[in-house]
Amino acid sequence: MAITSPGVAHSAPNGRTSVDARRRRPDDTKLALLFILPAVIGLVVFYFWPLARGIWLSFTSWDLLSPSQLIGFANYQRMFADPVFWNAVQVTLWYVVLNIGIQTIVALVIAVLMQRLTQSTFVRSLILAPFLVSNVVAALVFFWILDFQLGIGNQMLEWIGLDRIGFFTSEEWAIPTIALVNVWRHMGYTALLIFAGLQAIPANLYEAARVDGASETRMFTGITLPLLRPILGLVLIISVIGSFQVFDTVSVTTGGGPVNASRVLQVYIYENAFAQFDFGYASALSVAMLAILVVVTFFQYRITRAGQTDLN
Amino acid sequence: MNTPNDSMPTPSARASATPPAVAPGSAPAPGARRTRRRWRAVAGTAVAAGMIAVSGCAGPAATGTSIDYWLWESLQLPGYQACADAFQEENPDIQIRITQYGWGDYWQKLTAGLVAGAGPDVFTDHLTKYPEFVTRDVILPLDDFAATADFDPTGFQEGLADLWVGQDGKQYGMPKDFDTIALFYDNAMLEEAGMTPEDLEGLTWNPEDGGTFEEVIAHLSIDANGVRGDEEGFDPNNVEVYGLASGGSGGGGHGQTQWSWLAGATGWEYTNADVWGDEYNYDDPRLQATLEWYFGLVDKGFLPSFERVGTSPNPAQQLGSGQAALSPDGSWTIASYGRLEGIDLGIASVPSGPIGHPVSMYNGLGDSISAQTDTPEEAAEWVAFLGSDACQVLIGQEGVVFPARPAGTQAAIDAFNERGVDVTPFTNLVENDYTVLFPVTTNGADVLSILNPVMDGIYIGSREVSSLTEVNAEINSLLE
Repeated sequence: MAITSPGVAHSAPNGRTSVDARRRRPDDTKLALLFILPAVIGLVVFYFWPLARGIWLSFTSWDLLSPSQLIGFANYQRMFADPVFWNAVQVTLWYVVLNIGIQTIVALVIAVLMQRLTQSTFVRSLILAPFLVSNVVAALVFFWILDFQLGIGNQMLEWIGLDRIGFFTSEEWAIPTIALVNVWRHMGYTALLIFAGLQAIPANLYEAARVDGASETRMFTGITLPLLRPILGLVLIISVIGSFQVFDTVSVTTGGGPVNASRVLQVYIYENAFAQFDFGYASALSVAMLAILVVVTFFQYRITRAGQTDLN
Repeated sequence: MNTPNDSMPTPSARASATPPAVAPGSAPAPGARRTRRRWRAVAGTAVAAGMIAVSGCAGPAATGTSIDYWLWESLQLPGYQACADAFQEENPDIQIRITQYGWGDYWQKLTAGLVAGAGPDVFTDHLTKYPEFVTRDVILPLDDFAATADFDPTGFQEGLADLWVGQDGKQYGMPKDFDTIALFYDNAMLEEAGMTPEDLEGLTWNPEDGGTFEEVIAHLSIDANGVRGDEEGFDPNNVEVYGLASGGSGGGGHGQTQWSWLAGATGWEYTNADVWGDEYNYDDPRLQATLEWYFGLVDKGFLPSFERVGTSPNPAQQLGSGQAALSPDGSWTIASYGRLEGIDLGIASVPSGPIGHPVSMYNGLGDSISAQTDTPEEAAEWVAFLGSDACQVLIGQEGVVFPARPAGTQAAIDAFNERGVDVTPFTNLVENDYTVLFPVTTNGADVLSILNPVMDGIYIGSREVSSLTEVNAEINSLLE
């Protein structure tokens, strides 16, 4: 272990080792670089290069079959004037708000329940089960359950005397339905992340609070929430990024419809690229998405102060 | 819809391919998968674009005399395999390798294959797609090769060959089959309604009051209380059986099975020319009146609502499950309807319209030669064989589609007859020339991407039919 060797050398009784350590240090840098190299190559080849190429493509007109042509900012001009793009931004935001809002609250409740009510590993692991189902399978299963005519979900609505709802086939319901399907799938995973954060809160704080006669709610708002903030911030950043990139659930169920009601950004990008082979415009849309995510993540990070903890 | 199932050839189709279908190598994933916690998916499109450029289809290059042939219809695979066998017997030095992909994947694989220089030598082509292949020099004109230079358009059902003539006057596809629209129904359901198949003959329709056709679909609609659509007290909000099955708004395919036969019967045509029109006619009052009537059926309770059928409607299923009485659909679905259980299947002609006779959309597929083929002459020989009586009769005998050559068409009619299916409602319209052509224009994919959400909106009722005038202007500006 090259990295720990200076420390080991230091603790040796021999006085000459510190000199050795100093002499060896440049070697360590080279070795470290060597170790990092595969990851750097991976990062450059599979991340930076496609990113750079994607940004470059956004300034071109390219249909795959004929050579690409530089067209300057034309794709961006078209994007800003494209009502479908703005609609996609709106639809995506609406999805993120619903998805993240509900998911975070539900996950927080589940995580607290996991910590305060049960010690059973079995029960705790059960909560993660929906996350083990693939996105496409989950979407298809709900697509059938909520089918207007044949779905058992709508059958049950009728039994309790309500009207059938076109969960995936009406403009008002499409996005809320998709958001809730993904809440169902991801809440266990999010709860697990929050649960890990809860474990890090020292138990003696709760003991002290209990001695002072604090109620369960008081402990939640006074101890759990403030100390959970950095983890919650991190969870939010991660899940918001994922949420903005919703694609498969939409693609499997509504395909962006009815009309444009669920045409989220990723779906619109996909259609432009792979249905209309307009890779230049699709790349411009992707860059817009990247910009949105950078801005959103930056503000989230600042607002939640996810880098700092109040534990010390 | 992009379900993963689309990509899988049916097991039967696979089994019937004598030489194993050529694996397309490492084709790129069709969509950017959503990976949580990963920034890099942000550049998903860029990555995918890059991947397509480098990987694509890495099928073995066609060396010497091996011809790669692609098609999308799994039901047709056995027929074309028989053609390939017959061709190889005559030309032992040319080997035909057939690959089949589902419709959804077909065009993606094809484009990726063409980009990577590893596409097929010959492939099944569609009228909405080939104009773009011509403008991008991806396919070769048949006129340039010995085997197909003496192409004779009169050898095919009338008008089919013209659909494949490019703007330069050259022939870019060998007509392989054609399709038209008719009404499928269940005899038992007619009987219950006190009707006979004869009652479906000679129906008339107009966009104002719907004519006798509307009377029939009204009578065939039944609400939850057993009241029929033409009786007092029919509840259009609580319908058990719809008079007409729904194939969706039709925006994704110019209403081919949904309303093209209605609009066509008013004398309306899609564009300002038979082929290569540069103006669409979606602003025409005749079309708009037709759509007004058609989508107005939802409120009357004669057609299932958008909410009910969703984004992937299945009219055959609606007929099969007794939820709809008449199902307008294409001739390529005869086999699917034939397989519906518990249905005494009948086929009737679409109603005649204001112009005095019924009209069907007339669409045809063709075979095109890829510009990337190393062996264009051999590819042309295969294409010539695909367009010959010898091959098209083989295809016809399978009883799946109507081949483009009259002899092949007859073979198909006979094959269907043997199974007890009278397909003349499909073929009569072609014989009488009562057809409207599928629009062949540039920018086909863009036009449909604009049209589809608009048509969905009209179906749902959130959009006025008259807004098509504006949409038509937008579409036409693409074609300038």
